[in-house]
Amino acid sequence: MTKKATTGAEALIKCLENKDVKFIFGYPGGAAIPIFDALFDSTIDLVLVRHEQGATHIADGYARATNKPGVVLVTSGPGATNTITGIITAQMDSIPLVVLCGQTITSALGKDAFQEADVFGITAPLVKHSYLVKDPNDIPRIVEEAFHIAQTGRPGPVIIDLPKDITSADCTASLKNITMDLPGYTIPEKAPKKDIQKLAELLKASKKPLILAGHGILISGASKEMKTLAEKLGAPVTNTLLGKGAFPENHALALGMLGMHGTAYANKAVSNCDLIFSIGCRWDDRITPAKIERFCPNAKKLHIDIDIAEIGKVLQPDAYAIGDAKAILTELIKMVEPLPTEPWLKELDAYKKKYPLGYKIHGGLKAQHVIDELYNLTKGDAIVTTDVGQHQMWAAQFFKTHAPDTWISSGGAGTMGFGFPAAIGAQMGCPDQTVIAIVGDGGFQMTAFELSTAAIRKLPLKIVVIDNKFLGMVRQWQELFYDQRLSGVDLEGNPDFVKLGEAYGIKGFRIKRPADVRRILEKALAYNDGPCIIHAEVVKEDNVFPMIPAGGSSDDMIIEAPKYKMEKPKGST
Amino acid sequence: MAIIELIKNRPHIHTISLLVANKPGVLLRISLIFSRRGFNIESLVVSPTLDGRYSRMTITAHGEPSVLEQIIKQASKLIDVVHASEHKDSREVVEKELALIKVHAKAEKRAELLQVIQHFKSITIDLGPEELIIQVTGSTEKLDAMVAFLQDYGIIELVRTGKVVMGRGKMTT
Ligand SMILES: Cc1cc2nc3c(=O)[nH]c(=O)nc-3n(C[C@H](O)[C@H](O)[C@H](O)COP(=O)(O)OP(=O)(O)OC[C@H]3O[C@@H](n4cnc5c(N)ncnc54)[C@H](O)[C@@H]3O)c2cc1C
Ligand SMILES: Cc1ncc(C[n+]2csc(CCOP(=O)(O)OP(=O)(O)O)c2C)c(N)n1
Repeated sequence: MTKKATTGAEALIKCLENKDVKFIFGYPGGAAIPIFDALFDSTIDLVLVRHEQGATHIADGYARATNKPGVVLVTSGPGATNTITGIITAQMDSIPLVVLCGQTITSALGKDAFQEADVFGITAPLVKHSYLVKDPNDIPRIVEEAFHIAQTGRPGPVIIDLPKDITSADCTASLKNITMDLPGYTIPEKAPKKDIQKLAELLKASKKPLILAGHGILISGASKEMKTLAEKLGAPVTNTLLGKGAFPENHALALGMLGMHGTAYANKAVSNCDLIFSIGCRWDDRITPAKIERFCPNAKKLHIDIDIAEIGKVLQPDAYAIGDAKAILTELIKMVEPLPTEPWLKELDAYKKKYPLGYKIHGGLKAQHVIDELYNLTKGDAIVTTDVGQHQMWAAQFFKTHAPDTWISSGGAGTMGFGFPAAIGAQMGCPDQTVIAIVGDGGFQMTAFELSTAAIRKLPLKIVVIDNKFLGMVRQWQELFYDQRLSGVDLEGNPDFVKLGEAYGIKGFRIKRPADVRRILEKALAYNDGPCIIHAEVVKEDNVFPMIPAGGSSDDMIIEAPKYKMEKPKGST
Repeated sequence: MAIIELIKNRPHIHTISLLVANKPGVLLRISLIFSRRGFNIESLVVSPTLDGRYSRMTITAHGEPSVLEQIIKQASKLIDVVHASEHKDSREVVEKELALIKVHAKAEKRAELLQVIQHFKSITIDLGPEELIIQVTGSTEKLDAMVAFLQDYGIIELVRTGKVVMGRGKMTT
């Protein structure tokens, strides 16, 4: 009996199995049918989503929670273009995704064939790398390369565009011992010792150091080293939105998040430190002023990053080391000694006492109250995903992140519609953990159709809808900077989210009064038979503080609602 | 003479060499990095290298040096770019460009024109009854000067290859 030849699609799926892929998040269509056909016989679990954008965010949440690449499979044309938002979300936050797109047959490319889109061209500025496969025998190599590129160095999304004739044709290439052909791809691993020594030297001279813990620490898996370094130096640590979990936010040296909506004490520390040491953070414009010379002008700046293009992009550091944070920190820890930071820590403690994060429990239900109580009830032991907006900032402030890879939020792209599907991915990757999606009424409605995906799989995730019947964050800006001229932010007419859940067979809870918060959240957290929606009907108008107006520096921070009209942000969006 | 002014006021031109994998889409990715930062590419030469797996790109562009440094870093980061660098010191490299210039060459002007051609060490590669085509090689500045000079005779068409460079001696490009 002659062995049946392997098609390109079968080779593809075999390669994915060999890469230990557990889930593919996808949606079929004509150009991708050969691949779906090959999946029929595969051990890989195909998760049928309800929209391709959902697939990318689910894969993204899976990747952030597990540190493994998320895999997406869609058809050509509109299937592929529906993934664009998810791709840029992953690219901006350095998340490893492998996105497989069906494509029209090679001979029809460029002829406006049915459901043809130039996916390679459209995605070129949004990906770490991309492929248009022209030969079925290239498939094993390309899959090998795509996974390597997506996960190593600074991670990111990789697209493989697969014409239907290629996935249908025979592939005779070996699926084992695949050699990659990536002459232009280098991963900086080891930084020169003298660069690390320079960091140590500058640290030695500091009395008021501030460590800025970024997402790179989580990507590197360096949170243990991060903690050792901070404790050895006696240096306080602030973190970015995406760096939540890089250093336990309940640690005595932790100041929580800095930046636009960071804690007042973290931003005070930025203003007053004599040295700021970014580890795996890219000095984003939510944490640095438009006039960069205003960013802690008297502090030495230190930077560790795996991406050489980040060094000097926003600010010129006084010392830097290029490479993997874990490797560099391991060396650095050996070179440093405890610093005389007692007075500095006292100063910061005074700020903590003077300007604590807070909210008023009375006068209507507050989003902060719901989130704070979630934190208390779970003792921080949960994976939290968020959508984008005010609730995201309150979640960042009030849900302290204790452990790595338990905070999942779209930072760089700020993609509304991300939070809930990301929670699906996180729950699939971490079935034994409590997963809570904290979403706004606006953002949730952007991808709520994935309720089916969650319900069918009975994923026990908790969807907390913070319903203020406004696009709250935009309303806040219009109130503060645009004379309260509310334009295009009214969400009156929202559905009853409990009933929406019911339509999918999903359990619902409702919170309307501050007095009910604890009792209802306890019940919801104890419910594990499937997803549940917690519809929190919060006060309509509330603002996130502290706030540094866009483009401003930590010196411009306002801690509570200003009595005067504020100037429109300049030099930043 | 407008073109002389143009040459005088010409902003500093940067020359960037890239060694890239000979794969589809490389040019697209590189040009995206330039255009995203609002950098205008002046000239671009792509040619195969001895090793067929790679191509050589020589790009000239003008703009802020600090932005260009960032662009080069970002280009180096591209998976298919093996090496990218700016040639900051023109003494370390030889640079050449070639231009074909078609000019009006009526009988009464022809002798004078041939003298100009000789002066610029260029050659005539096509001789028509009323026009001729000149081939000139040299530095970008020399070519600019010749083009400026020929304006008086009436340039009909101008095609330039864009600059190519090579490191001197042991310097690799
Ligand atoms: C409405 C809204 C408000 C926001 N407000 C704030 C705010 O107040 N404060 C705030 O901090 N953010 C805020 N953000 C998020 C902000 O936009 C950025 O996404 C965030 O600051 C980026 O954090 P980061 O630099 O740590 O992570 P990333 O952007 O993910 O950058 C990670 C860095 O680490 C590097 N890296 C990757 N791997 C490694 C490795 N192995 N070793 C070393 N380095 C590595 C990368 O090259 C990169 O430079 C807000 C976002 C939104 C949507
Ligand atoms: C896809 C997308 N569209 C628009 C925006 C701009 N935007 C940022 S926050 C926000 C309001 C979010 O409202 P909601 O989801 O209700 O959350 P809230 O701010 O009220 O907590 C908007 C519209 C965005 N970030 N993403």
